[in-house]
Formats: sequence, C-alpha cells, structure tokens
Amino acid sequence: MELFHLTRDIPFMRWARTTIFFSLVAIIGSIALLATKGLNLGVDFTGGTVMEVGYPNTADLEAIRLQLTRAGHGDAQVQNFGTSKDVLIRLPVKAGVTSAQLSEKVINILRAADPNTELRRVEFVGPQVGSELFEDGALALLVVSIGVVIYLAIRFEWRFAAGAIFATSHDIFIVLGIFSLFQWEFSLTVLAAILAILGYSVNDTVVVFDRIRENFRKTRSNDIAAIMDNAKTATLSRTVITSGTTLLMVLAMLFLGGEVLYGFALALSLGIIVGTYSSVLVASPIVLWLGVSREDFIKPPKTETGAMV
Amino acid sequence: MNRYPLWKYIIVGIALLAGSLYTLPNFFGEVPAVQVAPIRTTEKVDATLMAKVESTLTQNGVTADGLTLDERGIKVRLPDTDTQLKAKDVLQQQLGNQYTVALNLLPASPGWLSSLGALPMYLGLDLRGGVYFLLQVDMPKALEKAADRYQSDIRSQLREQKIRYSGLSLEGDTLRMRFRDEAMLQQAQEMIDGLYPDLMLARGQVGEEFTLTATLREQARKKTQEDALQQNLTTLRNRVNELGVAEPVIQQQGTDRIVVQLPGVQDTAKAKEILGRTATLEVRMVEEEAMQDPVRMEAAARGQVPFATEYYLERNGAPILVKKAVVLTGEYITDAQPGFDNNGQAAVHINLDGRGARIFKNVTRENVGKRMAILLIEKSRTEVVTAPVIREEIGGGRVQITGMDSTEEAKDVALLLRAGALAAPMEIVEERTVGPSLGKENISKGFNSTLVGFALIAAFMVVYYRGFGLVSVFALATNMFLLIAVLSMLQATLTLPGIAGIALTLGMAIDANVIIAERIREELRLGNSPQASIAAGYERAWDTILDANITTLIAGFALFWLGSGPVRGFAVTLCLGILTSLFSSVVVSRAAVNLSYGRIKRLTKVSI
Repeated sequence: MELFHLTRDIPFMRWARTTIFFSLVAIIGSIALLATKGLNLGVDFTGGTVMEVGYPNTADLEAIRLQLTRAGHGDAQVQNFGTSKDVLIRLPVKAGVTSAQLSEKVINILRAADPNTELRRVEFVGPQVGSELFEDGALALLVVSIGVVIYLAIRFEWRFAAGAIFATSHDIFIVLGIFSLFQWEFSLTVLAAILAILGYSVNDTVVVFDRIRENFRKTRSNDIAAIMDNAKTATLSRTVITSGTTLLMVLAMLFLGGEVLYGFALALSLGIIVGTYSSVLVASPIVLWLGVSREDFIKPPKTETGAMV
Repeated sequence: MNRYPLWKYIIVGIALLAGSLYTLPNFFGEVPAVQVAPIRTTEKVDATLMAKVESTLTQNGVTADGLTLDERGIKVRLPDTDTQLKAKDVLQQQLGNQYTVALNLLPASPGWLSSLGALPMYLGLDLRGGVYFLLQVDMPKALEKAADRYQSDIRSQLREQKIRYSGLSLEGDTLRMRFRDEAMLQQAQEMIDGLYPDLMLARGQVGEEFTLTATLREQARKKTQEDALQQNLTTLRNRVNELGVAEPVIQQQGTDRIVVQLPGVQDTAKAKEILGRTATLEVRMVEEEAMQDPVRMEAAARGQVPFATEYYLERNGAPILVKKAVVLTGEYITDAQPGFDNNGQAAVHINLDGRGARIFKNVTRENVGKRMAILLIEKSRTEVVTAPVIREEIGGGRVQITGMDSTEEAKDVALLLRAGALAAPMEIVEERTVGPSLGKENISKGFNSTLVGFALIAAFMVVYYRGFGLVSVFALATNMFLLIAVLSMLQATLTLPGIAGIALTLGMAIDANVIIAERIREELRLGNSPQASIAAGYERAWDTILDANITTLIAGFALFWLGSGPVRGFAVTLCLGILTSLFSSVVVSRAAVNLSYGRIKRLTKVSI
C-alpha cells in the first residue's frame, strides 16, 4: 500500500510566503493570548490543594459546594472529574493552614454528609515549590533549545539550527496559545508534554533537513528551492506516516489513559499535528531566506558517523 | 550483501532472550505478604527471628507460602489478603512493640527468575497508592535554636567568671551583649573567643554602653543546618518505623528539604498526623516564687510575664509560669514506653542517655520539693504535659511521667517521645496522596492505552508495509521488551508518566522503521535490485535516524536533569526508550530481514 505515489515534486517552497505568513499570524496570536488570557496554571505551579473524591453514586455537586461553603470554604472549586461519581475539589493556598489540616478538614466535612466518600487523591503544592517547578520547567525549555541549536549547528549548519528552532518555537507557542485560548489546565505533565513536543518537532524537522543536506551533496543544481522541494517530497510519506503512528499512540492515551494523562496526551496530539506542518512548511523557508547555499555543505569532507552496523 | 556474521545474530539472540527474561517478572503480579523488622536498626535480623516468626504463625494456624530473610527484615508470603491481615495481627501481638509488622506486596514471579536477579519494576506511588511528602526544614529556626543554646551557655559563663554585663539579648540568631565598662567587654570578648570559636564577634557602642554582638560563623551555620537536617531525617525515620510501612523512602533533597514516600499507606490521615507532628520535648523548671503572688499571676495572664518566664495553662486549666531556661530536651531520650504508675494510672516511662541522666540527676537533686514542667512544643502550640513535684533525686536516667488522661494518650506521648525531637520545625510544602483503588485504575488505564496504541500501530504497519511491516512490528515488540527489561534491571520506579513515556517512545520508535522502509521503496523505484535496495535503505537511513534521535535524547536529558517527580519518570523512560529503539529498529529488524531475505540468491521481490 502506498498513500503518496508522487511522480513530481510538490512545490512547497512556492507556498512559503503564505505558510510563513500563517505561522507568523498564529505565533503572534498565541503570544497575544498568552499575554492577555495567560495560561490556566494548575496547582503544580500556583500552589494550592487538589482533592479527588469518589462517591458510590452520582455526586451532587451543588450539595458538596453548599457543605464546603458552610464550613467556610466558599473559595473551593468543585467539578466532576472523568465520571459523574468522581469529584475534583480545588482549594487555594491559605495562609497559616497546612495542607494536612486542610485536606483532612475537607474530607471530614464530606464524610459527615456521606460516609461512603472515598478520598482518591490529594495533591498539595506550596506556593514556593510551585514557583520553583515553574522556573525549572522554563529553564528546561531553554536548556533543551540551546542544546538542540548547538547540536544542529555542529551536525548541519547554523542556518539549519535557526530554521529548526524557529519551527519548534512556532509549535510550542501555538500549543501554548491553544491551551490559553481554551483555558485548559496547564499542569506539570503538560509541561513534560511540551518538552516532548520540542524533541519530537526537532526530530521531524531534522529528517527533512537530512534529506536536504543529502540532496545538496548529490546535485549540481543551484536552485535551492527546488532541492528543498525534492527533499520534502521524498520524505513526505515518512513524515505523515510517523506523525500518524505517533498520533495513534497518543490518541489511545487521550481516550483510554484516564484523566491524569489527558492533558499530557492532548498537548502532544496538538504538538504532533502542528509539528508536522512546521517541519515541512515552516522550517526550510527560514533556512532558504537566511541564505544557505550548496557550498556550505560541499567544502568540508563528508563525515560519516561510523560504519553501518 | 544482506548477511550478518554469526556473532551479530548471537548478540541479537542474547538481547532477545535477556529482554524477555527480565520482562517476565512484571507479568506475574504480586502476592500479599507481611514484613517483620526490628524497630531499632541495631537489632539483628537473623534466623532466630525467622524461626520465631514461623513458629508464631503455625501456632496460630496461619499457613505461610514462604519466608525470606534479607537485611531489611523477614518477609512472609501469604495466600490471600485475609490471611495477610490475620498474620499481621498475630505477629504484632506475639512479637510486641520491638518490631514493626507491616503489610507488603511481594512479586509473585517464580523463584528461579528471582534467583537470576530478574525482578519486576517497582511501582510508583501513583500506581500502587501511597503518600508523598516534601518537607521543608525551617532553617532560620534551627539557627535561632543554636544561638539560644549559646545564649544560656554564655550567660552562665559570664556569671561564673564575674564579668558584669548590663544586658544579654537575642535578635533572630544574633546575640547582643551590653556592658557599662570597656574592661568588662574586653574580658567577655576574650572569654568567648577562647571558649566558642564558632562565634564571630563584633564590637560597637551605643550611647554610653559598649556592645558586643556574636553571630555564628558561616562554617558553623552550615554545620548547624546540616546537623538539623540529619537529626530531622533520623527522627522521621523513627516515626515512619512506628507507622509500619513496608518500603518507605526518606531522603534528603537539596540543602533544606526532605522527601518522604510511603507506598501503600492506607490511612493517610494517620501518616500525616505522625509525620506532621513537629513536636519537641523540653523539660523546664516552674517559676514558683512568682506563682505564689496572685497579683503577678494576674498580670501574667494579661501578657505581662515576669522576666525569663512563659505563661501557660496546664491540662486541667490551671495557670503556670515556666522558666525559659531549658533543662533537658528530647534529644537525650533513648526510649519511652507507655505503662502505669503505682496507682494504676496511665503513665509514660522514659529512659535517658548518660548525659541526659547526669543532667537530670543534678537538677532533681538541687530542686527537691520544687516543680518541674514537661512541655511538648508543636508548631505554634506549647502544651504543658505535666508539671510534677520532684520528690527525690532521680538517678539512673529512668523517669516516669504521670498524669496521663488515658492509656491511649500515654501511648501517643510515648510514641512522640520515642520518635525523638526535631532539631527544627518542618512544614509540608508538597503532598501527593493516591488512594489504592486509583492506583489500580491508573495501572490498567496506562497499560490498556499502550496496548491499544501498539495494536493500532501494528495493524497499520502490516497493512501498509506488509512483510517489512511485520518485521517492524517484531522490532517494535522487541523494543518494548528491551525497554521494560532495562527498567526492571535498573529497578526503576514505574509511574504513570513513565508509562506515558513508554507509550510515546513506542509511537516514535516506529519512525526509524518507517524511514528505512521508505528508503528501501525509493531505492526499488529507482530500479535497484531488491538486495541492493535493502542494503542501501538501511545504510542511508542510519544517519537520519541518529540525528533525529539525538535531538530527542537532548530533550530527555534536560527533562531528567531539571524535572521533578512525575516529569522525571517520563524522562527516564523516554531516554532509555530511545536507546533501546536505536538497537531494535536498526539491528534487530536488520537481523530479521537478513534472515528472511539475505539467503535468497536471486531475490526478485521484497514484500514492502
């Protein structure tokens, strides 16, 4: 079976202005969203308490809210979680009250109303730890970006590194923008997903770049755009199939993995889709416009990384 | 062209064998067990104890499936959870409170696997249920306490050496002394310099008075903080021992934090209560002179306490004035047991160490007929447990605290005292509790989604690439086995994000095979012979695969380095998964292809 039986190169580069324009609009839109609406940061980053409680039957959210408000926890957010029997309660950080006391207090209030209430999960993060986790996450993003740029600059050329990092930032901004638009919760696992997207997106871009480099070495043509089109057409099948298989796995996680993995799988699904687009349509125009030429790859003797195993 | 030398096949064979062997234990599940360990680490776990456990069980009609002895204790395998609970009760009763008896789960894999060192992965708290705490040690408090000790030492030295001072006060962890005359200051400075090299002194002058400020040197500060952390770690270990948790983790994190993980703890409230109790014990003298004076007592009730005393209420509500000077702290306590006094009232029996016993003996000798208060200090609350009258000199370090309300209370106080004091208060800054039922759900959800994802990918690959697709699926399955085997060999902790990492790596690992397959198809399209196409496909794809995977590996390393908790588990599986996938999708799949096509001399068609 073959999905792509292409006899002619697809003129991707002819659409470059349009695709880059769209990408820029999307990036700017995402940044605007992040600046105005911001991310709906989860308890991992803001600090606070999250409790998951299970009821034997359908939970009455109104009653739970009332019980908590009466006990002086009017600031609690109560919502269903996964099923109608499971309830998620979020409580902001309170000065002077430790998590241990708070979650115990709340579960006792709920048990007083319904003794069958099961405490399934408690997560408490102090505000100090929350901001540390956020800083560590941001630092990890930065370190990964720098590491990737250095690796690509050594293995390829600085223009390729620039193109790859642009395409990757594009993906990350758009995923973050979508999370901001829908105000989906941004938790520690979503952050892990964002970093995985970074790795995945660069991975996808590198496969295309690799072929462009190979073409540079093979042909005598100086029509860079045509060389790039040829490389992208040749790898299109792989790009789509790999994205497809990875997406299959991630979608299985999204639908079957339960609530804990939901945000993670959601971010990854978006990242894979946007990442596939950017590795074909965003990364190489940047490399072209930065003025890459065939000579950049012909001068140094070809360095083989060891013999084939 | 497409033939591997024999040794390569052998390597692949060994890898496959080892992969399946070390993956195997993960599929056997776990059996209920009971773990017996002595509370004190000094006590030996030996065959005598094992024989005792065994006979206790048989006497009470509990049939165990097996007993094992290791450095951590004796583990008893049991057929079901009912027997497990029964065995726990029986053992706890018979062995007494010198041993902890904890419920545990042991891998159910057969003995020959365990003897090969093939053990299942350790399940994280989110998969087996349990509690995770991150505790922050209040270091400023630890320093204040240290400075406080210096203050009382220096005060008595100044008095002893007849150095006249007009004031001695503590501001945070800075000690400030005031003198009316410079000669006295000079004497004091020499004395402190000689006796307390850890203190840094600075002279000053305020109006007519000369001041001398003492602060801890940087080195001493560090030492104090390290000691405080170590003492809190020890204290926590003792407390956790009391809880009877099978495999607790108590570790230092950074310079001022402690991680506590209690897998399988059902009663999280109790765990929190015992860990969260930041109680310290202090023995101080009662200020009896002022207590005789109703006017001064009334003033004290309003907040005007006499110098160097504190005002509290006893349990029965009677007001009491206690001196600030600490006679003895919980550090000197070696043991505390609940019991009864001569009148049959609940009491706590305390044993002090040598130094504590000496101090106690001196204090009681000098203060016969006076009252001594025993205070339990929790975070923001100080409680006078009891304030008995000293009837006689108490030597030998055996002390009895009476005045307990109930045996329950005596037990609680004894536990607190036995668990020791904390050098500095701690606060829970992060907590993650997962109930056991949620843990089971998490496992099945993680496992099912990975399985479904794998099946979808496999179906697609076989439909799309036929013969080569089959090879790719074989390689992917190998990858999964190898990854789980490596994780099991490392005895890594599997968490839900870890499962997500495995799933994601599997989704991405197929990429290498897709790259290879597409390359082979391309070569075939160019009109190359099938054998040449296969060889060229693998060779050309290698560079691409390497580049693509190293970038992901960089992301994985950074995640591991900077990530915490859930993110780390994900990073570990991601990184290991990339490494195993490089081997399986290139070497293993090539071996399979070589085996099936490499021998055919005139290959006319490749199923791809």
